[in-house]
Amino acid sequence: MKVRVHVMPKDGLLDPQGEAINIALVNMGFAEVKNVKQGKVIELELEEEDKIVVKNRVEEMCQKLLANSVIESFQVEVI
Amino acid sequence: MTKVGIIIFPGSNCDKDLGEGLVATGFDVEYIWHKNTELPNNLDLIAIPGGFSFGDYLRCGAIAAKSPITEVVLKFAKEGGYLLGICNGFQVLCESGLLPGALVGNVGLKFICRQESFLVENSDSIFTSNYHPGQEINLPIAHHDGNYIADAETISELEDNGRVVFKYLENPNGSINNIAGILSKNKRVLGMMPHPERAVDKIHASNDGRNLFSSLLESFK
Repeated sequence: MKVRVHVMPKDGLLDPQGEAINIALVNMGFAEVKNVKQGKVIELELEEEDKIVVKNRVEEMCQKLLANSVIESFQVEVI
Repeated sequence: MTKVGIIIFPGSNCDKDLGEGLVATGFDVEYIWHKNTELPNNLDLIAIPGGFSFGDYLRCGAIAAKSPITEVVLKFAKEGGYLLGICNGFQVLCESGLLPGALVGNVGLKFICRQESFLVENSDSIFTSNYHPGQEINLPIAHHDGNYIADAETISELEDNGRVVFKYLENPNGSINNIAGILSKNKRVLGMMPHPERAVDKIHASNDGRNLFSSLLESFK
């Protein structure tokens, strides 16, 4: 089963990369851009077909390695 | 002799500099590969050097924090062992949960490699006893992710209990309260962004790192 993990900087946290992208977009004429946040996407392929088991396992992976709860939030999407 | 174990991860690159600095101070040094699951006997201190462990993939220090040796190092620290993490070593200590907070990208988005001025905020620790409180020192920094952040409660806890050891005089990276180095609750674990091992030799731009190593050596005598 394939899983996509979305890792994003937590709300309220300074995101210098998102800010740089925001400034660049505005400078390019996309003046309507108000806020940009940059995170990352991690795709995993698991030898397990039970959706609930997969979700639980990947959430555990997020807590232990894929995301740092001090600075990031995560979302697990089974695809 | 006082013995220091220096942990080497793939991508560590300050291990030899740190070892040379410690040997020049009078320590006995043993290098430990990250796949080891046991520590050498009679270590007085463990040091995690700077570098780019595991290529800084995922997050700086994140993968090293899950290496086999790190589990043993955490146990060593939890049993009251002394531990020093420099630059990437500081990032590993935060990622492992041994020190609070996190080190994220510098606000200017640039890798910064230069001499910086620091204030010694707390000289009442085994790492800093040879500095005097409020002393201004010069040490080099070399990092892309040195922006220290933590929630407000953690920051006050650190500030109120003398756990902030070094502060930048002029903040280069966005760190909250100019924090450049912090201690664990039991004051036996120090994580710091500047490189004391690059400020010990007469050819270095400053020798202000010597006092950190000599503080440590004297405390073990």
